[in-house]
Amino acid sequence: MKADTSTRTVVHRHGLVTRITHWINVVALVIMLMSGLQIFNAHPALYWGAYGANFDPHWLALKKFPGWITIPSWQDLATGRRWHLFFAWVFVVNGLVYLVNGFVTGHFRRHLLPTRAQWRGFGGSVRDHLRLKFPKGSEALEYNVLQKIAYLGVLVLLPLMLATGLTMSPAVDAAWPWLLDLFGGRQSARSLHFIFAWSIVGFVIVHLVALLAAGPINGVRSMITGRWVVEPEERP
Amino acid sequence: MSKLIGISRRAALVGAAGAGGLALAGCDQLSRNAGFQRVLAAAEGWNQTSQRLIMSDTRLAPEFTRADLSPVFRSNGTSRPDTDAYKRLLDTDFADYRLRIGGLVRQPLSLSLAELKALPARTQITRHDCVEGWSAIGGWTGVQLGLLLKAAGLLPQARYVVFHCYDNLGGGPGGLYYESVDLVDAFHPQTILAYAMNGQPLPVSHGAPLRVRLERQLGYKMAKYIASIEAVDSFAHMGQGKGGFWEDRGYAWYGGI
Repeated sequence: MKADTSTRTVVHRHGLVTRITHWINVVALVIMLMSGLQIFNAHPALYWGAYGANFDPHWLALKKFPGWITIPSWQDLATGRRWHLFFAWVFVVNGLVYLVNGFVTGHFRRHLLPTRAQWRGFGGSVRDHLRLKFPKGSEALEYNVLQKIAYLGVLVLLPLMLATGLTMSPAVDAAWPWLLDLFGGRQSARSLHFIFAWSIVGFVIVHLVALLAAGPINGVRSMITGRWVVEPEERP
Repeated sequence: MSKLIGISRRAALVGAAGAGGLALAGCDQLSRNAGFQRVLAAAEGWNQTSQRLIMSDTRLAPEFTRADLSPVFRSNGTSRPDTDAYKRLLDTDFADYRLRIGGLVRQPLSLSLAELKALPARTQITRHDCVEGWSAIGGWTGVQLGLLLKAAGLLPQARYVVFHCYDNLGGGPGGLYYESVDLVDAFHPQTILAYAMNGQPLPVSHGAPLRVRLERQLGYKMAKYIASIEAVDSFAHMGQGKGGFWEDRGYAWYGGI
């Protein structure tokens, strides 16, 4: 370490509610993905429209997902549903706490909405990311425009997961039939639930690659303790 | 610096993979743990309470038109019960069939198929959602269960309605299919005992002579091959005590989601 430690500063990066809800969300989403694949395995084909079963045209038919990626690892729809529907409640309550906190504290407005200057620098930011050149030092303290878009995107995807999940419930369809109109029928909602789930997996992969590239220890520490170490700018 | 980060990255990856493996084994342990599964099953009550909150007791499930019918409505579970009692009924095209309604009622009933068909009928084209994930749209005609229960006169202590079936899906003596619903669903306008499907007599593969339609819940709640209906204050003494064939095998009693 040749860097001048005198310029190394520690800042408070993430609020307590953000940190707690982040990790609860990690647990809930991992369990819901894996128990969701267990549920998918009970009928591993997807359709568009209101109905869809063995004799109807599907747009996707897969072999069953392997046991190492399902909960439980053996085929057991009843137990998979129990995990899935319990952690769906954890996900919803946790998500509501996060959303209320984000709006009330101004976290979304101040940290997640891209500024006008950021929109103007959109092209440059894309070029930098493609060259794996990430903002360093104090510049890394604020989310860049691509990060903001990714986080806002996942903030749309997660409620869509809930909405498409609820659309698969026959009782919710009786109560709120407009959900069927919104998503184009129960089997379309089931297909979208699957597509959105893998979109979130895609987000998480990018999120983790970015974490590894930008410094995993500092990143994970900041989401646990809230403290983020600003690395000194490199000097020529 | 870069080497330092390299090691920490590798350590982070290895650590994450190790933690992931442990978590997986832990989930399997918890899946076998009856106490933990009871905790997870608490969500069933939350689902029922919240779903009953967002809709009135008489709120209808969406109904469709003939143009929306599934070209092929797949049969699921038993497609032809092989019990002697059922075979005898089938041999005479259900001429000797009697639907018995008993238990906690003032006036037990015994109705032939002809008598049931003479009662006011309801026809509904609805979507059938299997717990496995598939859906099919079919048209059903039958008698509202509520009508029959009113005729029989439920006693005040009756809380559930149990359907006993000729369906021996589980095989052996304890393998008969049964199901139960509470009075909200028993008296729902779309809860019918269907004797016709898509304008034709109910096919054997779909539960002839009589099956339940319970349109705000999943398919396994809709028992086929109904032999008798019993009003009870508790189903704890039946089967494994969970209120139904699939419930005894781990599925939720409330099948609204």
